[in-house]
Amino acid sequence: MAKRHTDPLGLHSALEDWMLPVLVAAMSFLAALTIAGALASTSLATQWRNNTAAALTIQVPQPAAPDAANNATRLAAVLRALQTMPGILNPQPLSTGAMNRLLAPWLGADAASLGLPLPAVITATWNGPGAGEAIAPALNAIAPGTLAQSGAQWAAHVTALTASLQTCAAAVLVIVALVGGALVALATRAGLAQRRDTIETIHGLGAQDSGIASLFASRATVLTATGAAAGALLALPVLLWLATLAAPLANPVPPPGAGGGLVNLPDALWAALPCLPLAAALIGWCSAQLTVRGWLRKLA
Amino acid sequence: MIKFDDVWLKYRHQERRPGALTRDVLRGISFQVPDGGFRWLTGPSGAGKTSLLKLIYLAEHPTQGRIDIMGTHAAKISRRDAALLRRRIGVVYQDFRLLPHLSAYDNVALPMRLARRNESQIQADVTEILRWVGLAGRLAALPDELSGGEQQRVAIARAVVGRPKLLVADEPTGNLDDEQAQRLMTLITALNRLGTTVVVATHNHALVNAYPAPRLEMAEGRLTAHG
Ligand SMILES: Nc1ncnc2c1ncn2[C@@H]1O[C@H](COP(=O)(O)OP(=O)(O)OP(=O)(O)O)[C@@H](O)[C@H]1O
Ligand SMILES: [Mg+2]
Repeated sequence: MAKRHTDPLGLHSALEDWMLPVLVAAMSFLAALTIAGALASTSLATQWRNNTAAALTIQVPQPAAPDAANNATRLAAVLRALQTMPGILNPQPLSTGAMNRLLAPWLGADAASLGLPLPAVITATWNGPGAGEAIAPALNAIAPGTLAQSGAQWAAHVTALTASLQTCAAAVLVIVALVGGALVALATRAGLAQRRDTIETIHGLGAQDSGIASLFASRATVLTATGAAAGALLALPVLLWLATLAAPLANPVPPPGAGGGLVNLPDALWAALPCLPLAAALIGWCSAQLTVRGWLRKLA
Repeated sequence: MIKFDDVWLKYRHQERRPGALTRDVLRGISFQVPDGGFRWLTGPSGAGKTSLLKLIYLAEHPTQGRIDIMGTHAAKISRRDAALLRRRIGVVYQDFRLLPHLSAYDNVALPMRLARRNESQIQADVTEILRWVGLAGRLAALPDELSGGEQQRVAIARAVVGRPKLLVADEPTGNLDDEQAQRLMTLITALNRLGTTVVVATHNHALVNAYPAPRLEMAEGRLTAHG
């Protein structure tokens, strides 16, 4: 008796109840994958962008010819200039072997033996302000025709791509939330229609709209939170598996043997997963409240 | 006090196109019942008795005209205040309207729980009133497990348990035997003597004759005799 009187609408014995948590679990599963995807693409893109934006490639045509001042070869003069230039870290001429490896797909195994007039390539890391191309005029004065290319443009593309991925992820989450809200509204409407007489009676006995709405809202909150928690838990093994696949791309590489699969998920994702049931509960509560209060307005 | 001033009522059609109204179910009804008054409401089936009671217990809004219940202009109150006003009105519905999931005890306790009375007072009052209507042994029974007359007595107990200022009963003796009907009338007249305003709709002429009181007589949506 004591338990039943808190549930005058018989909401606990409703048969259609299993539908809502199951559908919400599916939504939550989707949301978990979406959030994981967005976080992963963001962190990979950040790493890639930082590496690419800093990379500086300098091409010196006719590297063995004398430089403008006629003191050394053009390659040696450019290299020396780079070593003293502010903002340039670690300039390294590409060895012939490394060059051959780079060009092999286009020119065959031994590009040097073809006698092509290949430029020398120096790689460096740009640490100064602005774009690395700014050093090109100074190098040209030493060895005319020298080209400097930074990864800044590529980095811009990566940024744009990441931004669109994040927008898509946000759109998916908004749609999932709206569909979830609509599911709760439909389930609530079904529950209201089924109990129309009972609700009219309680209303007639002096129940406030807020009281009736909160009976439905608390039930919806429990069902959606349970469903969303189940969905997030089901997503966990999938996310761990994906994290294992993505691990080689991650930087810095975790030391071998460090931890099992669990540590592979980013902190942000660990923080986001528990938010799913909370968000679902909030959506369930709001949607049920609005639906019931709107429906009750039909009663005098 | 109940005061009707040229009240008209059409219902909204439930199934037909939305917004469509029925013909006039109540036509130009005017009357007053003073605080602590007692009225019989009589008339042939379909005359509009239940419709008039619905307006009194705030389950419908009049299409036209003004209704005052316990000094409150019914059209002017908020939904919140209307709910509070309903808690002071006891209603015995023609079709009982017990909650199917709740025991007889919990059905009767419901209005007191909605009014947030404390459980010890609820227990005392509910047990007492159910004993009064002869259901002391059926506290835990669900409505389905009760006879029509027993259900009606649970409905009566629910209507009076909160000692309402206004008691509205629609055909409350329909399923009762003569002895139970007498007992019910003893209960109602006792409440009335304690100050509760009472309106009882009935087809039971023997009962009306046994308890002489002013009559509101209806036919085809109009009040044909009054006082
Ligand atoms: N919800 C409703 N929607 C439309 N018409 C209704 C509704 N309720 C009652 N009516 C109509 O209003 C008229 C009066 O009905 P009401 O129930 O008030 O009569 P009554 O006097 O209580 O009858 P009875 O003695 O049979 O209980 C009837 O013609 C009925 O068809
Ligand atoms: Mg009737």
